[in-house]
Amino acid sequence: MLPWQTHEGRFVVKVQPIKPRAELFAHGADIGVRGLGPTRATAFEQAGLALMMAVTEPSRVAPQTAVEIQCEAPNDAVLLMDWLNALIYEMSVRRLLFGRFAVVIDGERLIGQAWGEPVNRSRHTPAVEPKGATLTLLKVETRRDGTWVAQCVVDV
Amino acid sequence: MDLSQLKQVSTCEWRHEPQGAMRVPVVLYGSQTLISEMDDKVLKQIDHVASLPGIVDAAYTMPDAHWGYGFPIGGVAAFDPEEGGVVSAGGVGFDISCGVRTLLTGIRSPELRHCQESLADSLFRAIPAGVGSKGAITLDSTEMDHMLLSGARWAVERGFGNPEDLEHIEESGQMSGALPVAVSERARLRQRREMGTLGSGNHYLEVQEVSTVFDNTTAATFGLAEGNIVISIHCGSRGLGHQIGTDFLREMALAAPAEGIHLPDLELAYAPIRSALGERYLGAMRAGINCALANRQIITHLVRGVFAHFFPGVELTTLFDVSHNTCKEENHDVAGNRRRLFVHRKGATRAFGAGHPDLPETFAATGQPVFIGGSMGTMSAIMVGAATRPEHAFASSCHGAGRQLSRHQALKHWRGRKVVDELRKRGIIIKSPSMRGVAEEAPGAYKNSAAVVDAAHEAGLSRKVAGLQPLICIKG
Repeated sequence: MLPWQTHEGRFVVKVQPIKPRAELFAHGADIGVRGLGPTRATAFEQAGLALMMAVTEPSRVAPQTAVEIQCEAPNDAVLLMDWLNALIYEMSVRRLLFGRFAVVIDGERLIGQAWGEPVNRSRHTPAVEPKGATLTLLKVETRRDGTWVAQCVVDV
Repeated sequence: MDLSQLKQVSTCEWRHEPQGAMRVPVVLYGSQTLISEMDDKVLKQIDHVASLPGIVDAAYTMPDAHWGYGFPIGGVAAFDPEEGGVVSAGGVGFDISCGVRTLLTGIRSPELRHCQESLADSLFRAIPAGVGSKGAITLDSTEMDHMLLSGARWAVERGFGNPEDLEHIEESGQMSGALPVAVSERARLRQRREMGTLGSGNHYLEVQEVSTVFDNTTAATFGLAEGNIVISIHCGSRGLGHQIGTDFLREMALAAPAEGIHLPDLELAYAPIRSALGERYLGAMRAGINCALANRQIITHLVRGVFAHFFPGVELTTLFDVSHNTCKEENHDVAGNRRRLFVHRKGATRAFGAGHPDLPETFAATGQPVFIGGSMGTMSAIMVGAATRPEHAFASSCHGAGRQLSRHQALKHWRGRKVVDELRKRGIIIKSPSMRGVAEEAPGAYKNSAAVVDAAHEAGLSRKVAGLQPLICIKG
């Protein structure tokens, strides 16, 4: 019996659920951030999480404060850059770190929320300060298995 | 990098002839070892730069070049506005006017070693460094405008330093042509509490000992002697520069199609120098340069406060302050013609030679000091601009050791605490709020700084004057 064949002889397609995940990738002096998920919005949320992974361990960041972010851009790639740059801006002016994200995307418009707390240097031991999201290796696309990928290089 | 695609011109000069869309050749400086170990993407990026409109002569990389965004780090390119030349936000980078200022102390090494530990602690407390740090100064809108227009001169007028400092800073501490109105509200808000802060990443403040003198005459003019202590401050324009880069990179990329600009890669986004967007960027970028100059001036003041406590009566004087992420309008001879060009130096230092009219009188006979940063545990170097004819790379030289491993790879190789302990055994005290940050910046993650300096010397980009060994390093 083949692995995708049932005892009754019927064929079924087993689809593995796409798990959201955040990851960093290598880039010279800077850091690549990548979010993956079943939808564009979850990939963006995970890209936000990856951005924080470049700075600290996100699980150490308590969701004490919520910040709302709105962006609008002519395409997905620039929308991702805007989303990450908005997070960098909020981190900078409010001296916050974030650990949780929620994103809704409607066409060219993104409404997001980021939850976090003020930087605590002894607990968060932040490694680097993100300066800005770049156009380098910037892409938002779907893989053949339906996974959305949102990534770019961040200058640190 | 595959050397077979390059033509070797001399021991430390390699050429990549124009092909495809390239308008000019690429010239790479570096020894065979440095070039062969360089990432292939450096060549790809500088080839793209060589295809930009209005580029003059050649696109260059320095011996410390590595993969960047838009331009490679260690990239130099000049553009003629009269030939459709362009300005690129990615050709300057986010950390506008990041640079190094070196202070002379007159203190001898044994005097400092008596108080090395407590001095390190005091410097770490006094200089805001790392994520979440903030300066003691808050700028309102009016003061922000003054600072953006006047740079280090503004800082000195506010009591942060001496007028003599200004004579030893590029542009005399004040970049002309700044347009504060072109700086966004977001950039201003990011900078409001960041004056006098070091930042993080590869930024540092080091107390160093002059360990080797290569050129006694020039070293004497610079005030350097073996066993003397100097202080080097490496940082830039902080949040303001980062936001200017963010704002204009986006605007240039989105404006390109409407302007009929086809970009081989989005990251190369540019604007014609003679366009409203190009002029606005240049105005904002020059304001960013002033912010960096003011920032290093304030940090100088803070360092002086700490040293006054440990060494009463000792005066810290500024040797020089050089930036390595800029686009500057300069005169250069190209094929026998004097031309006004916009020279991008991204991770590259201006290195004017003796007799250059833009140098302060002190350096008229020697050329300007060029600072090559090491990597916590390795040698930094002071070089001097070489007055070669013709100039090499529009009178530019390298800026640091240059990374050879990504941060990602560095974390797999080193633990921050171990790096700190090993350096301490060698007499180097590291102070940082982040052990992970230290691991990412481990000396082994960088190229051999001595090899980079030797290559710059051999290529005639700049000449070796002195080598510096770190004793204290404050990292963000």
